[in-house]
Amino acid sequence: MSLQQFMNEAISPWMKEQGPDSDIVLSSRIRLARNFSDVSFPVVASEQSLAELLEFFKQEYAQQSYKDYQDMELVEMHSLQPIEKRVLVEKHLVSPHLAEQSNASAALISKNEQVSVMINEEDHLRIQLYFPGFQLDKALEQASEFDDWLEEKINYAFDEKRGYLTACPTNVGTGLRASVMMHLPALAMTQQINRMTPAINQLGLVVRGIYGEGSEAVGNIFQISNQITLGKSERDIVEDLQSVVKQLINQERRARDTLMNKSKTPLEDRVFRSFGVLRHSRIIESKEAAKCLSDLRLGIDLGFIDHVPRSILNELMILTQPGFLQHYAKTPLSPEERDVRRASLIRERLQMENNKD
Amino acid sequence: MECQECHQRPATVHLTQVINGEKTEQHVCEQCAKEKGYMTYGDESFSLNDLLSGMFNYEGQSPLSGTKTKSYPNSQQLKCPSCGLTYQEFARIGKFGCAECYHTFGDHLNPIFRRVHSGNTTHDGKIPKRVGGDLHLRKQIEHQKIELQRLIEKEEFEEAAQARDHIRSLEKQLHEEGDGDT
Repeated sequence: MSLQQFMNEAISPWMKEQGPDSDIVLSSRIRLARNFSDVSFPVVASEQSLAELLEFFKQEYAQQSYKDYQDMELVEMHSLQPIEKRVLVEKHLVSPHLAEQSNASAALISKNEQVSVMINEEDHLRIQLYFPGFQLDKALEQASEFDDWLEEKINYAFDEKRGYLTACPTNVGTGLRASVMMHLPALAMTQQINRMTPAINQLGLVVRGIYGEGSEAVGNIFQISNQITLGKSERDIVEDLQSVVKQLINQERRARDTLMNKSKTPLEDRVFRSFGVLRHSRIIESKEAAKCLSDLRLGIDLGFIDHVPRSILNELMILTQPGFLQHYAKTPLSPEERDVRRASLIRERLQMENNKD
Repeated sequence: MECQECHQRPATVHLTQVINGEKTEQHVCEQCAKEKGYMTYGDESFSLNDLLSGMFNYEGQSPLSGTKTKSYPNSQQLKCPSCGLTYQEFARIGKFGCAECYHTFGDHLNPIFRRVHSGNTTHDGKIPKRVGGDLHLRKQIEHQKIELQRLIEKEEFEEAAQARDHIRSLEKQLHEEGDGDT
């Protein structure tokens, strides 16, 4: 299979579109946790009852369509090879936890891969919706409609006082986890993100480096999400998150301007060094790849590099993960082999841009 | 680089910890990282369980107030009639077994929810269309009553009168629906 073909299949269709503020916000996600009222939660439920629940879901929703979410396919975890599961995890369509639970767990995934409903994860249902760029409003609205559509046939576990009942006390109430993925290289370079994190935490929000831990966020990609799910309405939760994200966007833009004004040459040097590494290296670890891709993307955003599309960061961050590399190679690979494959995949991808000229 | 734990496989997981300003680095292979519990993927899986169960147990031993500690022997004996989960098991795994657990453990859960959700114990969001029944109406009336109070305090009597009429019509609707059900 050619790289072009592989990429077309590997990158979710929704990711190929550019959303608002997509120079900084890569994607927005809404997740709703829901349970059936008359079945024990997956932690304690019998295999039998979980299998029945899955069967019901399959009968009612497999191959169905709702609005933009066409031809939903029910993928059962036990029918997949380990590498196939890993690919779904790396695309964020299923959680690592779901991939591990094999027997009665599955995911209902729409053709455009914008909606994924995980079945028999920690809760009976985990509804996830993704949008490109900064579109939490729209994501919440669509998730809520989708939730209503599911509810037509399901009696949800709901309590007047506690709201939607979930397996974990951290999700009860709205069952809502709203999150955005942000590329914040300038705030990271100037150490500002570390100073901002405690303040953001105090507002009941969490900042995580997604390809690394805490301050060491490799690739400068951060996930901001709400922690509190009880006692606030969905709208309030999303609005609080939005206001913080807007501030982060402004701060990041300001930090980029400052860097451009005060240290343009070192910045340009950094961008082109990383570009050189990506174009020429023969062995590259995921950590180094993530760092260089972040620099390259910043260089594109700042106008240093103009013949490479912005989407390269999102694309290659996904494609250079272990599962995808092995999927592309069609064979399991050792970590050393992966580093070689990673380097060659990146070179090949960048070469595609040169060929266009 | 080889794994610091097993010294056999190559290190692919690099962990940097900063504790009280002191930075330590560890380089291990995936397998050892999993065994050591270093591997946490993107989402909310960062051994929240441990954190939570620690929290519940702490709650159990809380010497803070006499009245609270008195109620704990009771909570320890609670057992959900629907799924069989005991309060102790719940405290250990940090997860409920079924919807009924929420009723079984009842008000014992308030301190836990308060901690996890910044002091909140009561839902204030979406209500499911079918299962929610007349709760939609009752919530709407509740909100309107708060609004009415606010209008009266601001001495906006004309609007207050409208709000009052709105409440009356909602209440009428509620009674009619209630009659229809029984």
